[in-house]
Amino acid sequence: MTDLPQGEASRRIDRAGLVIAAALAVLAGVLVWDARQLATTTMYGMGPEAMPVVVAVGLGILAIANLIDALRGNLPPRESADPRAVLLILGGLVLLIAIIGLGGGFILATSALFVTTSAAFGRRAILADSAIALVMSTLIYLAFDRLLTLSLPTGPLERLL
Amino acid sequence: METFAALAHGMAVAVQPMNLLYALIGVFLGTAVGVLPGIGPALTVALLLPVTYKLDPGGSLIMFAGIYYGGMYGGSTTAILINTPGESASMATALEGNKMAKAGRGGPALATSAIGSFVAGTIATIGLAFLAPWLVDFAVRFGPEDYFALMCVAFVTVSATFGDSPIRGLTSLFVGLTLGLIGIDKLTGQARLAFGIPELLDGVEVTTLAVGLFALGEALYVASRRHHAEEKIEPVRGSLWMTKEDWKRSWKPWLRGTMFGFPIGALPAGGAEIPTFLSYSTEKRLTKHPEEFGKGAIEGVAGPEAANNASAAGTLVPLLTLGLPTSATAAMMLAGFQQYGLNPGPLLFAERPDLVWGLIASLFIANVMLLVLNLPLVGLWVKLLAIPQPWLYAGILVFATMGTIAAKPSVVELSMLAGFGVLGFLMRRFDFPIAPVVVGLILGPIAESQLRRALAISLGDPLVLLQSSMSATLLGIALIALLAPFVLKGLGRFKASED
Repeated sequence: MTDLPQGEASRRIDRAGLVIAAALAVLAGVLVWDARQLATTTMYGMGPEAMPVVVAVGLGILAIANLIDALRGNLPPRESADPRAVLLILGGLVLLIAIIGLGGGFILATSALFVTTSAAFGRRAILADSAIALVMSTLIYLAFDRLLTLSLPTGPLERLL
Repeated sequence: METFAALAHGMAVAVQPMNLLYALIGVFLGTAVGVLPGIGPALTVALLLPVTYKLDPGGSLIMFAGIYYGGMYGGSTTAILINTPGESASMATALEGNKMAKAGRGGPALATSAIGSFVAGTIATIGLAFLAPWLVDFAVRFGPEDYFALMCVAFVTVSATFGDSPIRGLTSLFVGLTLGLIGIDKLTGQARLAFGIPELLDGVEVTTLAVGLFALGEALYVASRRHHAEEKIEPVRGSLWMTKEDWKRSWKPWLRGTMFGFPIGALPAGGAEIPTFLSYSTEKRLTKHPEEFGKGAIEGVAGPEAANNASAAGTLVPLLTLGLPTSATAAMMLAGFQQYGLNPGPLLFAERPDLVWGLIASLFIANVMLLVLNLPLVGLWVKLLAIPQPWLYAGILVFATMGTIAAKPSVVELSMLAGFGVLGFLMRRFDFPIAPVVVGLILGPIAESQLRRALAISLGDPLVLLQSSMSATLLGIALIALLAPFVLKGLGRFKASED
């Protein structure tokens, strides 16, 4: 992902725009495919399958419009992005989901997200951040579990409290 | 007279000690979260929804009123002190406000924005109290086809008319409409777009979408471009108080800003950007100190801030009377109503007057609390701004995911949250507006059921949409609003090629 040059040179085909247009077209296709599986039971007016088709037609038109924008290079200019930071946060979210899914509990799950996000924003003190994260998420857990009686998922750490 | 009685009744509800406490907590939390950079009022409301899960509807809506106004106030503090407006409505404030803070006049900038917000909020809430019953009388005569037409107007104005690109705005809207289709069809009980996943049968949660798009998307976006620019907090130096000269230069912009903000907010047109920028350019034209504009003119903070708050109260008019959210924040408020099975609209005024008027009265109280709390507490808010960025965003993400973990701790729901985060990141990167997605998700299913009801009553005759003069007019407005940006753009291009 590099900076787009300004002026005349930017009026060239934007590949990201092509991907966006294709994604919209695929989405429209999925809508139509799904709508065809619905049984039409309504006597009068619209059945459940009508609206998805209307939305699909709209998405199809917008896919074409986005395609034209992309071919003309009409997308707004973008600055370069740091993929490592994005991947770190996404990794944190995957960890969070995995820990919750495997019964690891709220404290461990949110601590993992805290540490990876902090690293994505340039911190390198993983041990210190882990300690901060554990203390903070334990306090949040206690506040919400005891004060607001919201049930958060429990794991080995929560059972010790 | 009816309005006075209703409002007095609402006041009686709002000043009960517990409700006052809820309003206070709401104002405090709203400001504290809203002041964090990159968090606008919509996300503030979305993040704080879980806090209200266990309250009764009355108390929770009152807390909401406080969160809403607190979030707005916090956003303008951020705009002034670090020049990162949390939402486009604060952009005009940041323009002059940050310059004032750099010139050591941060205190008066915060003061004029706080007092201006109070003045505008109070006048606009009075406007809301008087306009609402009148609109309700009007709205009870609406048939389903009229509601459908009204929603078409909202769809078009929110996505196409006022954005940078109608095509990108409509694309966002249709993504939202698609998400709104997911789940069991309420009229026939058939599952749409559920792909056999049981969690999808209930449809997409508004809060999951909003938190994913706003909080996760923003964090990913800021992290991805962290290497470009570091944020800098301007310390609040010197006196907090406005001089006599400041007052003299502020009061007219406050009133003019209110005049821009409230009517435009009350129209189902959405967005506070238009009135804030209208107010900014008006003040720039009318000022006696044109040399100060661009270097920190107090009029440029007073006017847009008033316009911003007045339009926020204005958007509550269509929300409460018609159930029509026209901004992302209003959409989140609607989600707050829906978690109790309440649907704002004319019926709610008739069935739960205590709730609606209690909420309107709480807006007055929240406004007073903000004025009293915020100037003395400004030091605390500045400290919140000074949290180092890694911890700040890490904390935001923990809070953002916590809402979903508390409501539905399933792998599918959390994966959806993460997926919406990626969507929000990509939409920011490629400059697609976010609010139309949320509005599409909320209003899409309502519009569909109104249309289907209208067609069922007419035995399937689509002409019913044109036979009601109200719905025909509204559909005409929607069509004009849809075509206008394309026509105007064509004119603009014509002009450009002439040069």
